[in-house]
Order: sequence, then C-alpha cells, then structure tokens
Amino acid sequence: MRVALFVTCFNDALYPRTGQAVVALLERLGHEVVFPSAQTCCGQMHVNTGYYREAVPLAHTFIDVFDPYEAIVSPSPSCVGTVRESYARIAERTGDAALVRSTASIVPRVHELSEFLVDVLGVEDVGGYFPHRVTYHPTCHSLRGLHVGDRPYRLLEAVKGLTLMHLPAAEECCGFGGTFAMKNAEVSVAIGADKARHARDTGAEVLCALDNSCLTHIGGMLSRGRSGMRVLHLAEILAGSEQTA
Amino acid sequence: MSEATEVSADLGTDADRPATGPVGMNRAPGKVWLDPPAFPDAARVALRDSQLRHNLERATGTIRAKRAGVVEELPDWEELRLAGAALKDDVLAHLDGYLLQVEERVTAAGGQVHWARDAAEANRIVVDLVRATGVDEVVKVKSMATMEIELNEALAEAGIAALETDLAELIVQLGEDRPSHILVPAIHKNRAEIRELFLRTMPGVPRDLADEPAQLAAAARTHLRRKFLSAKVAISGANFMVAETGTLVVLESEGNGRMCLTLPETLISVVGIEKVVPTWQDLEVFLQLLPRSSTGERMNPYTSTWTGVTPGDGPQTFHLVLIDNGRTRVLADSVGRQALRCIRCSACLNVCPVYERTGGHAYGSVYPGPIGAILNPLQHGTASARDRSLPYASTLCGRCFEVCPVRIDIPEVLVHLRGTVVDDRREARVPSPEMAAMKAVAFVFSGARRLAAAERLVSLGGRLLGRRGQITRLPGAMDAWTQARDAPAPPAESFRAWWKRTRSNGKTGSS
Repeated sequence: MRVALFVTCFNDALYPRTGQAVVALLERLGHEVVFPSAQTCCGQMHVNTGYYREAVPLAHTFIDVFDPYEAIVSPSPSCVGTVRESYARIAERTGDAALVRSTASIVPRVHELSEFLVDVLGVEDVGGYFPHRVTYHPTCHSLRGLHVGDRPYRLLEAVKGLTLMHLPAAEECCGFGGTFAMKNAEVSVAIGADKARHARDTGAEVLCALDNSCLTHIGGMLSRGRSGMRVLHLAEILAGSEQTA
Repeated sequence: MSEATEVSADLGTDADRPATGPVGMNRAPGKVWLDPPAFPDAARVALRDSQLRHNLERATGTIRAKRAGVVEELPDWEELRLAGAALKDDVLAHLDGYLLQVEERVTAAGGQVHWARDAAEANRIVVDLVRATGVDEVVKVKSMATMEIELNEALAEAGIAALETDLAELIVQLGEDRPSHILVPAIHKNRAEIRELFLRTMPGVPRDLADEPAQLAAAARTHLRRKFLSAKVAISGANFMVAETGTLVVLESEGNGRMCLTLPETLISVVGIEKVVPTWQDLEVFLQLLPRSSTGERMNPYTSTWTGVTPGDGPQTFHLVLIDNGRTRVLADSVGRQALRCIRCSACLNVCPVYERTGGHAYGSVYPGPIGAILNPLQHGTASARDRSLPYASTLCGRCFEVCPVRIDIPEVLVHLRGTVVDDRREARVPSPEMAAMKAVAFVFSGARRLAAAERLVSLGGRLLGRRGQITRLPGAMDAWTQARDAPAPPAESFRAWWKRTRSNGKTGSS
C-alpha cells in the first residue's frame, strides 16, 4: 500500500526519530511511504487556543496537500483528532462551505498509526523487538477522542522481549493540554507530578504513548526529577528489531 | 436606590485591590465573589494549600469510584444520557411555551409566579416578599440558584438572616467561607476542620465533640431543629419544574430540605428558567441520571414535590421566582446552549484533573469546575478577568464530557469560548504578545519553505541551550515551561531535512 505520512510539525521539528520510526516500520511491513513535502501543521494549537481565523488557511493547506492520497497516516492522535473533529467546527464557525465538503471527503482517509496498523493493515505483531520494561500512558486524545481502545496494548504485547508494566491511574490526563501547559503552568505541573510518580512506581525503564506532545511534558518532569526513566513514542518501540537492538 | 446598589457601593471600598492580587481575600468577611481574579492567579494560591489538595484528592476519588459503580450496573446508561439530552434540548427549543405553561399551572394551583430578568431583580422580589411576612429570619434549602444571585447577602442587607440548613452549606456559612463544589460545598474542609468550626461557632456544642461524622451531624441537627420549628418562611430552589402540572421537585440527602418545604407558612422558590421538564414521565429519566451522577447513589434518600398550595397541608403561601440572569444569553449561543441542559450533578467536577488540584474557589464562582468554566462566561460574557480566563482552565482531557449525564460537550464549548475571547481581543489596537506570537507561527506554517527555515533556527537555538539533549532553562515567556520541566533540545536535523537528504530520489510527494 502507498501511505502518505503526515508527520506533524511538532514531530518534524523536535522528534524526527518518531517520523523515521514510522517510515522504517511501514517499510518493514512492505508498504511504500511518501512524505508530501508541502505539509506544515494541522492547526491544532491555533484552534484549541481560540485562533480559528488563523487555523483556516492551515486546514486548507492540509487538505490540499493530502487530498491526492488514499491512506494518510500520522503518529499523533491529537492532530488526527483536529482533522476529524475541529475542521468541521472551524468551517461552521467561519462559514467556510468549501471546507465542510473537503473535510468530509478526507476524514475517512486519515488514520492514527495504531488504528492504521490494527484496523487497516490488520496486523498486531509488527515484528518488533524491544527487550525492556515498558509502561503505556493512554493519552486523552487517543483514549477519549479517537477511542483507540486496546489497540496500542495489543501492538505492545506482540513485541518480542518487551515486558509491559501496568500504569496506575493510566486514564488520567498528564496535565499537558497544549497551551494550557504555559497558561496554567503550575496546575499543569501539579497534574504532571502525579503522572510522573505513577510512571516511576511501575519500575519500567520506558514510558510510551501515542503523542510526543504529552511525552514532552511527562518526560520533562521525569528528566527534571533525575528519574532515569525515558519516554518514547510507540512507533519507536514497534520499529525496534533484533538488527537495530 | 435598591439594596443591590447599596451592596455593590458598600463593597466597592476595596475594589481597587489588583485583580491579580493574593486570593487570601477570598476568605475576607462577606462571601460575595468580589471581582474575582483570573484563574491562573487564583489557582496558584490554591495549589500551595497542601491540606486542600489532600482533602480534594480523597473526596473526589471516593465520589468518582461510587459513581462509576452505580453507572456500570445500568445496561442502558448511554441511552439514558441520550434521552436526558434530547428532553432538555426539546425544552430549550420551546422554552417560551413551557414557561407560560408552568406559570399557568402554578397560578391555578394557588401559587404566585414572579419573573426576574437578573440577580438584582430576583433579590428585590424575594426581599420584598419576605418583608411582607414581617419576619427577620428565613430557613433555606440548598439551592444553587440562590447562591448564584447572592440572595443571602441581599437578605442580610435588608436585615433578614438566612439560615442554610443543608449540612455542608451550613458549614460554609458558619465559617464565613465560600462553597467550593456544587454538590458538596464544603469539600475543601475535612472533619477535623469542621469539628473546630462547630466548637467555635455553634452555641451549646459539647466540648468533647469528636470528629466522627455521626457526632458532627448530630450537633448540626440539634442546632437546626430549633430553627425549623420556629421558621415562618422558607426559601428553596428546585431541581425540576414539571410543566404539565406546575409541580416543583427537590432531590436531597438529608431531609432538612423537606423540613423547610413542609413546616413554614410561606415558601419562596427561586428557580432558573431552564429547569423545566415537560411531563412527569420525563422525570423517570432524570431521577435515574441525577443521583447516580452526583452522589453515586441509585436513588437519593428524599425527593419532595409540591404543586402550588394544598389547603391544611404545608406552606399556605407559595411564590415561584423564575430567574433568567444570563440564561437567555446562553440560549442565543448555538454552540454554548447545550450548557443549559446541566442538572447540577457535579460529576464533571469530580473527574476533572484541574479541579482536583485547585478546588472550587479558584474558579471565583458558585459554579466551579468544567461546568463553571463554561457557564460563567456563557451567562456573563467574557469581559472580566475571571470570565476571560475560565475557558482556558482546562486541559481538554474530555473526562467531563464522558461522565456528563446530559452529554454536554464541555471541551467543545470551552474551545468555542476561547474563540470568543480571542475575537474580542482582535479589537485591541495593540495586539497582545500571544496574538502576535500566534500570528507569527501561523505565518511560518503558511509554507513548507518558511517552516524548514524556522526549523533550522530552532535547531541552532537548541544547540546553544541544550545539554545532553535537555534544556533546563528557556528564555523569556517560554520559561513557564522550564520552571519545573526540562525541554528536549531540538535535533540537529528536522524530519523533512532528513527525508530530503536521504530520500530525495523521486519518492517525495510532489504536492
């Protein structure tokens, strides 16, 4: 299958290794990955902070860039959620009828990585090898927005050498919340402190999730606390193999 | 001039205090939410109170677990939520007709109906009604509507003492404190603190009072019982108004509400106009949704209903004061109007990660938590520091929507209101730093080449600031991040640069 990668601006600038892992993973599974280089940002930060007007051109750019592709995959549930839910709302608020139509057409073709692997490609064992203790944090957008359910767990359980550790109070938010992390930094940190404590209590070496934005927040707290625990995107764990280990 | 004007003039003496000042003034005498500060400032103060954090974590955790248990056992819970939302939406779409029906049926049943546009008008009506009875003391049933309009303060200005009879409201009142939760107004107090309060404020309390819930409740019961027997006037709210018969409904746990609703000669009920349900049959849905969502019980211990007056039984004079106070403004907002479905269960507070850390006072309103973060700006607009900041007092984690018994999509309304706050700001001649930054970022994102250039700059900055892959101190406003969190140092090469370097052999999408 030919897959268009929507890497997201955040991963593009700060976590290229996540994008590289998605490429390696999908190619290992025998698919062709293309990176439409005109892509920029879905507009999530602008919409969620109330800057609807600034988000409109970004939504149009996203749709123009990805419309030619049958399968669009992104390693970020919150960005996928923006396309699925927010674009229709932006269109309604700004009275953009063209955006309503094009959104409806592209939404069924935009997939979050774990959904794409399990639902579209029908694989749970992606041939990964990762000989470490790992715990998984279900991010709010993946859990309550996209409803990815147990797909990430099924993918992790099939990884060779991996020991999955249960994260207490897993379904609680990490406190990141996009610009909330800056506008209400103290509350964000207070929520994050509990998440970091639960993560450390698992005894895992690695905390993984589907969104690097949440991981930046949790990882930033773990790093400041000198915990020695690493954070990794799920894609990087799934892409691990006995050759790369 | 009216009492309401005197109140505000009187309280104006310390109105020059900066809006971002310490929140300690929240505990100052007089419980009115006076020009509350922006949420982040109030939250910062609340976070320092470790006793509060501990009390909240315990209390919300307990209620959350109870609710989850009684919701799980209903196979048709999701259908009930859908039904609740649909019923409320029907009421909101035909509110004018239903309200006239309520007025007609209540009047036919011997009650009198009054209409109040805002808090000041409602307070004036109630004060006049109480004055006409000649008493200077009233008993109250727990009611959010009367807290919202600050009726107790208006009555006090008129020389009328209002006694809260709900145990938690009584605790708040005795402590000259403010409610911090819709259902459990004293959730920020633990029982040791309540024991101290009772010893200090209740005459005749035994000095050896223990901090056992049963003993504390007994002390309050003794204190209240005398008042019930002598009260001539009671003031209540209502959870529901049944349009077909003009019946008011109150759900409660303690039975103190029923005392107030049955013993006095005059009953005055202050009710928001959105509280209508069309028929008794519709109560079937809400009497399941509300107790399970709020107290985590299958059924609340007391459900009282009354229709006008019944000769020889209960209050012989009944007044219904219907209040708007911003509700029609909410109704006019096509995205925000779903907030009027709210049945004040407070399930959203109990699951909110923000509320659990800050408590209710930080929201500067009798409606705290996620529902307060939308109701306040919807009812009052976004002109004040509090109402501008509340839509941002959320991580958008979505748990509030998940538990809401009437399916209010609170995150959707929060983001919608953020849009309103931003659009208001566009009018300013000098753009805020945030507006300037957002526009700059949008410009960078407007083309892939601009983005690639920006990424090279970010990468360079990262090399200057980063140590072993982490940045411990970011410059300027970005330091809000690094106060307590490290930031990842940007990589030497962005993803698109890597792709271009390693894959630019025709695989790159051309669009």
